[in-house]
Amino acid sequence: MAANLASTVGNQRPKRSAIAEFKRAFTGLRRGETIAGYLFLAPNFIGFIIFLLFPICFAFFIMLTDWSLAKPPAFVGLENFETMANDRLFWKSLGNSFYYTFVAVPTGIFIAFWLALALNRKMRGIIFFRTIYFLPQITLTVAAATIWRWIYQPEIGMINHMLDWFGIDGPKWIHDTKWAMPSVIIMSNWQGIGFAMLILLAGLQGIPEEYYEAASIDGASGWQRMRYVTLPMLTPALFFVVVTSLIGAFQSFDQFFVLTQGGPAHATTPLTLYIFQNAFTFFKMGYGAALASVVFVIILIITVVQWRLARRWVIGFDNDDE
Amino acid sequence: MASAIKVKDSLFGQKQTKMLMDLLVYVVLSIVGVIFIMPFAWMVANSFKDLRGIYKFPPEFVPEVWHFENYTEAWTATHFDIGFLNSALVAAAVVLGQVITASLAGYSFARLRYPGRDKIFLLYISLMMVPFTVLLIPLYIQMRAFGWVSTLQAVILPFLFTPWGTFMMRQFMVTIPRELEDAARIDGCGFFRTYWLIILPLTKPALATLAIFTFVNTWNSYQWPLIVLAKPKVKTLPLLLASFQNQSAMRTPWHLIMAASTFVVVPVLIAFVVGQKYYVRGIVTTGIKGGG
Repeated sequence: MAANLASTVGNQRPKRSAIAEFKRAFTGLRRGETIAGYLFLAPNFIGFIIFLLFPICFAFFIMLTDWSLAKPPAFVGLENFETMANDRLFWKSLGNSFYYTFVAVPTGIFIAFWLALALNRKMRGIIFFRTIYFLPQITLTVAAATIWRWIYQPEIGMINHMLDWFGIDGPKWIHDTKWAMPSVIIMSNWQGIGFAMLILLAGLQGIPEEYYEAASIDGASGWQRMRYVTLPMLTPALFFVVVTSLIGAFQSFDQFFVLTQGGPAHATTPLTLYIFQNAFTFFKMGYGAALASVVFVIILIITVVQWRLARRWVIGFDNDDE
Repeated sequence: MASAIKVKDSLFGQKQTKMLMDLLVYVVLSIVGVIFIMPFAWMVANSFKDLRGIYKFPPEFVPEVWHFENYTEAWTATHFDIGFLNSALVAAAVVLGQVITASLAGYSFARLRYPGRDKIFLLYISLMMVPFTVLLIPLYIQMRAFGWVSTLQAVILPFLFTPWGTFMMRQFMVTIPRELEDAARIDGCGFFRTYWLIILPLTKPALATLAIFTFVNTWNSYQWPLIVLAKPKVKTLPLLLASFQNQSAMRTPWHLIMAASTFVVVPVLIAFVVGQKYYVRGIVTTGIKGGG
């Protein structure tokens, strides 16, 4: 995306001094356009400054303070980060965030891939199935988690009841430290798979039919067409899904808050929930902001690493630059 | 001759294989479909049971007696009427605001020339990926300073502008042929009239995408309202639904909770089914999904 942007943004004219250009823009024929440009941008830009640019800068200050909101902030330098290094719960929640992200995303994409393949066949009723798979995605997570909390009930829940048909004694799901995280992951994938499925489906539909015809003429088997046509052609869509899903998963909050409240015994407290608890239950604004900066850095790293790796496996990735 | 028969044979075989495969795929799709729809069906089915029916073992799928009064009971159990009003008001304001600010700025970025434009646009793009988690604390302190805690402004005003929506508008408007505008300009249209009469009508699909996305996201939004809306009078539906299940009675009133979940979920389901085309296009072209 960034590569595309560079080319869309950068139709630069020969360099003139900024001030001279600014003056020119306000005189003569272009005056009207300049004023209109700023006016059209103004409502958006004011919101941008007050509710995005300023809070981001403000966050850098907050993370260097001890601030309970009851008293004025006390500047403590990097103390919050020292606290963090020795905070067992921070490491635990960081681990939980990674556990959740790196299990939920690959399993979700794996299932979404097969669903997209199935939906890409020329058959009747595909849109019907597509709609059904997508419904959970737009359902509010609070309601979805509420339903699932009940489905997971050890005694009266649906899952254990169905397992009972096969003579399996189901686990205690969200009440068991071992099973709580898998429970959240199953629910999240139920809810989120529609997103990955849609993008992969669009990717599949974008593969020209001729490629398959050519492969068939060359005598490629079904498996070979999959391996040498479908998969390579799908890599851009896969890349897109992987990056956005990883970023989204790392920021998940609602399902944890409603389904498990982070328990039992912090087994499902991700970093986002730990930040929330510190800031809005214990009113440690400084520590909360310091923790939030970790989320930011990790998301940044995930994104950069993915972009770097993309050159190795995404077809046509470098061509975007032209 | 012989080879012709062979070809015909193999064609016939292919057709049969295809039919068999289709059948297999249908079966798999249906099984997965049942898994996806089951929680919803379970929710609706149980919203009609009474408390005894809920805790019955083994559970039954179709209620013995249909208790329609669950819905009125759930509706009055907490302030769902106020919650609905709040949610509708917030969603309407945010959708309208975003459509206006994003389309105006999108036009400005896409078409008008002025110093600093491209730099500002780059700034927008680079801040687009800042996770909302980072903004929670500073924004909350700001809301306190403005005196907006527990007011609807706090969930409306910060969301009246959108970097990714602006980005989407700009990318869409860049693709509109310039000739149309030039014609209007020659006929004496000012910039605003050009925007209003030429650009906006042509941008309708993108506007619809932005509107339906924003509606679903705002309606479902939970984390931020949870932080800034404390008083019952201003709570939105997700907050009420979440707190409803924590008002612990002796036995959790799951039948009422399921009834409440049903009427909270239905508006987004309707919005989705109506605007599915635009929603799907939004996901496919921008890759932005709900949440936050």
